[in-house]
Amino acid sequence: MNRPHTGTASAPVSPTVSAGAALALGDDALVLSHRLGEWAGHAPVLEEEVALANIALDLLGQARFLLQLVGDEDELAYLREERAFRNVQLVEQPNGDFAHTIARQLYFSTYQELLYGQLSAGDGPFAPLAAKAVKEVAYHRDHAEHWTLRLGDGTEESHRRMQTALNALWRCTGELFEPVEGVDVDMAALRDGWLTLVTKTVQQATLTLPTGPQAGAWTAGAGRQGLHTESFGRMLAEMQHLHRSHPGASW
Amino acid sequence: MSSTDWPLWEVFVRSRRGLSHTHAGSLHAPDAEMALRNARDLYTRRSEGVSIWVVPSTEITASSPDEKDPFFEPAADKPYRHPTFYDIPEGVRHL
Repeated sequence: MNRPHTGTASAPVSPTVSAGAALALGDDALVLSHRLGEWAGHAPVLEEEVALANIALDLLGQARFLLQLVGDEDELAYLREERAFRNVQLVEQPNGDFAHTIARQLYFSTYQELLYGQLSAGDGPFAPLAAKAVKEVAYHRDHAEHWTLRLGDGTEESHRRMQTALNALWRCTGELFEPVEGVDVDMAALRDGWLTLVTKTVQQATLTLPTGPQAGAWTAGAGRQGLHTESFGRMLAEMQHLHRSHPGASW
Repeated sequence: MSSTDWPLWEVFVRSRRGLSHTHAGSLHAPDAEMALRNARDLYTRRSEGVSIWVVPSTEITASSPDEKDPFFEPAADKPYRHPTFYDIPEGVRHL
């Protein structure tokens, strides 16, 4: 399937916006937002719960903006099949323990800040969103970095868990730097900056990034082509259940 | 999680056009950095241009309610303590 299912009532796609690009960025934000929403009521402390919810809401706002560029945001979020989603596999990974969530946030928010930084500097259709979102994302990265430092340089147990999480999600990071059609950014060139930032934080946290040939870890994952991991289908089933049970209802 | 790991912090916020920091509430955080970030989420909704102070609750010394009378008695029976009888000469400004 090359074209996403956008339903019958979709608005025409703006000629300056690549639907594929808007979906890729929008789906990243939507899916990660939903994952973070799953923490509601389950975070380690109340204050952290608010922080995670805050990040989720920022991402949902980004997703809404991006999906609206392509069509009806509700139809796109709730009526597409798994194979029509264009998010990277990193964001769909289950929350796991708190360290897994933080590792996912560290990898993704660092990437997103660099990407939106580039997009906001250009004059493309995503520049207005990126200019606003880059400030939000900088906070997300800051949050993830602080927790990486605390967990890595915390107790023996938290150190072990943070290292396990970094290792487990590493294979999902390569996909971030594959070119996205319609995104006028040299994605591969983001990788060096990303690696520098992440390495600095991880080392400061007394942790290590997985070594070995990057290309191996990096090519795993084809979320941008609509191929997703097993748990993503279950996530969508939960997310879309109500909308599919009552099609056409207004909320 | 013990209360020593996540002690209580008092939060003071100055809004963008505010003149002074006002006590906004309290929260738990492991250290000052995290307290600042939590305060931002909880009490400022991230409005731009606000200033936040966080103070460990243990650093605050409060006046005791038991000592209220001697502490705050305004000495109302000594009117000479209240400079209300003076005519302000013309030309004096900023009073």
